Amino acid sequence: MDSAVLIHRLHFAFTVTFHYLFPQLTMGLAPLVVALKTIGLWKNDEKYHQAARFWAKIFGISFVFGVVTGIPMEFQFGTNWSHFSKYAGGVIGQTLAMEGTFAFFLESAFLGLFLFGEKRLSKIAHWWTGMAVFFGAWLSGYFIVATDAWMQHPVAYRMTADGSVTLSSFWGLLLNPWALWQYAHNMAGAAVTGAFVMAAVGAYYVLSEKFVEQGKIYLQVGVVSGILFSLLVIGPTGDGQGKNLANYQPAALAAMEAHFDTKVAGLVILGQPNVENKTIDNPLIVPKALSFLISRNWNAQVRGLSSFPESEWPTNISLLYYAYHIMVGLGTIFMAVMLISGIQLWRKKLHGTKWLLWVLMLSFPLPFIANTAGWMTAEIGRQPYLVYGLMRTIDGFSKSVSAANVWFTLLGFLGMYTLLAILFLFLVQREIAHGPEHVESVIPLGGKAIIAGRK
Amino acid sequence: MGFLWFAIISVMLTGYVILDGFDIGAGALHLCLGRTDAERRKILRSIGPVWDGNEVWLLATGGVLYFVFPQLYASSFSGFYLPLMIVLWLLMLRAIGIEFRMHINDGIWASFFDGIFSIGSLLLAVFYGAALGNVVRGLPLGADHYFFLPLWTNWTVGAHPGVLDWYTVLSGVVALVALSVHGANYIVVKTDGDLNERARKMSLTLTPVLFLLTLVSLAATISIHPGIVANYNALKIGYAIPVLVFASLVAVFVFQKGRHEVAAFVSGALYLAFMLVGAVYSLYPVILPAIDPQYSLTISNSITASYALQVGLRWWIVGIVIALAYFVFLYRMFRGKIALEGDGGYGD
Repeated sequence: MDSAVLIHRLHFAFTVTFHYLFPQLTMGLAPLVVALKTIGLWKNDEKYHQAARFWAKIFGISFVFGVVTGIPMEFQFGTNWSHFSKYAGGVIGQTLAMEGTFAFFLESAFLGLFLFGEKRLSKIAHWWTGMAVFFGAWLSGYFIVATDAWMQHPVAYRMTADGSVTLSSFWGLLLNPWALWQYAHNMAGAAVTGAFVMAAVGAYYVLSEKFVEQGKIYLQVGVVSGILFSLLVIGPTGDGQGKNLANYQPAALAAMEAHFDTKVAGLVILGQPNVENKTIDNPLIVPKALSFLISRNWNAQVRGLSSFPESEWPTNISLLYYAYHIMVGLGTIFMAVMLISGIQLWRKKLHGTKWLLWVLMLSFPLPFIANTAGWMTAEIGRQPYLVYGLMRTIDGFSKSVSAANVWFTLLGFLGMYTLLAILFLFLVQREIAHGPEHVESVIPLGGKAIIAGRK
Repeated sequence: MGFLWFAIISVMLTGYVILDGFDIGAGALHLCLGRTDAERRKILRSIGPVWDGNEVWLLATGGVLYFVFPQLYASSFSGFYLPLMIVLWLLMLRAIGIEFRMHINDGIWASFFDGIFSIGSLLLAVFYGAALGNVVRGLPLGADHYFFLPLWTNWTVGAHPGVLDWYTVLSGVVALVALSVHGANYIVVKTDGDLNERARKMSLTLTPVLFLLTLVSLAATISIHPGIVANYNALKIGYAIPVLVFASLVAVFVFQKGRHEVAAFVSGALYLAFMLVGAVYSLYPVILPAIDPQYSLTISNSITASYALQVGLRWWIVGIVIALAYFVFLYRMFRGKIALEGDGGYGD
């Protein structure tokens, strides 16, 4: 077999995985920054404005990295997946074009005003620029999820004479049932990242006794939103997404659980899938739990992977299984950490509970891992198809682009992204070390909005 | 419907070239026009609030191209694999350069990011020109509508072309000089003092050079591709386009001489627009010309079905009206000359 398809996959997987570290942080921080600004306006409290300003800086850095690493994504549909693009462009081109037209223009117009315009705008106008950026970021997320959802569960299309597909229902594409749950689940996941990062910086400030007052605000906002979103990730959104899988990709669901034989199924907590023998090594299983989760019946039969032809099996069952279990395991831990922190916060003891602050401070990488694992679950689960049930991955890559050329650019991206990662960590570390008080304070302009040129 | 979308995409692409063109041009001249840190900050400040929005026109155009002409998107992006990846890297470097230059107030840091930004912009201009040159020259499309171009072969315009040959390099140089003039005109509008004067001199020097280069490139185009004038002969009004190209360059020079700053900038934008219109006029209804004409992609053999086009038109009109409103708002917010002292600037 020509290995070109593997290199094309690796190319996309690497660039999209690296890319999504940044949008999940910006999409997660956006509502929190708006919340800080809103509280600041509500209470007329400068502390919250200062907090919003600090987090807007982190947001801004992350946003630029998201833009920079995002440009290659749209291009790669054409460069690396040209046969897929030719086949499906008439459908998914719509959502990608709408992302540019509706979301990117909005974000690009208001981001500069939001980050640098606080002194020129009234407080209310500046709040609105924050809302616009928040809305743009989340809208952009919707168009991308709708694009992926169509690949997971193709709807609203019809075949054309040359064997491609074209759009047959605009609203059908935008309101794909898969997209609705996937979007809700994904955005909750991004918000968990934002909440953990904010709480981690807060815990760091409180533990290191620097900027303690600000640190307490970050802890408060991070933990409260962390509870909310870590619960939302699990139910109803995670549950809804699971039902999507049961309905539309039962083979993927069986592989995620390494559930080989059709029977009453337990929930595998730990264990290594043994694909050769169709069993799980070293299993730790909650009996009957999977049956209940899928059909709300402890004794329901769950269709096993063996009942599907092997040509329909996801191509990397072990990785799929681990990705899924890492996501679910971490999601459970997030809920526990945030609930315990919430209880301590409510009892006004969080700031003195050192061990918990340490946990919060050190947990910030975990949501990035969980979100990445979640996307790996979705994309590896979709294999061997590029468009589920319609087009196999092997048929979608750019056959005119040789493996050597893809290696060349993959190595280029590896080098470039290593430098970008160092730059990002350096810039963010620097902002955290300087702290929120280093951000210059704002001279309020009073009632009227001053929206005018410089001269 | 096909012609309408062809026109829409051409207009969006022209909008992209004019808008991002001035910030790329300003970037290419950045090191040479900005002598002091303050002047370099002024140049960056003049494009800082708008460059990102300008670049979104590229993504929006790409997206529309994708759903209207999926075959064109697939063929051209995979065929231009290597140069497009290089363009991506340049776009990334440029963005990093401009966005993080102001983050740390340190001479070495600033110089490094100035360099990245300027070199990235300069090479980007050359690659864009070369890309247009490739399309005009024709591409080795096969019967399956696909092709793959190496970066270069023997630098001649033959049956086995590379992305770079003498003709496309010439196009790249034309683009670099054209965008530099455009960028210089923009800096003239947005600055005062020494920087304004230096940018004006740059524009006055480069405009005659661009005039000559455009003539040479026109002659070269007709010599390698005589069939390119077919559409012009079929509908003779097309011959007005090259006249307008050269007239707008003369206008740049005259207006810049007479210190009509905005008029000079607009004339430069018109030059770019007429150049693109000229290319599009010669190609229509072909959208990706093959060296063997029977394999060329045309509007009719690349377009998606009509429902998608109709529904696309509806949301596109809504979206583009909103986007234009943002642009009017944004450019009004940041109108006028750049002053470094005072508040609220971009990136400091």
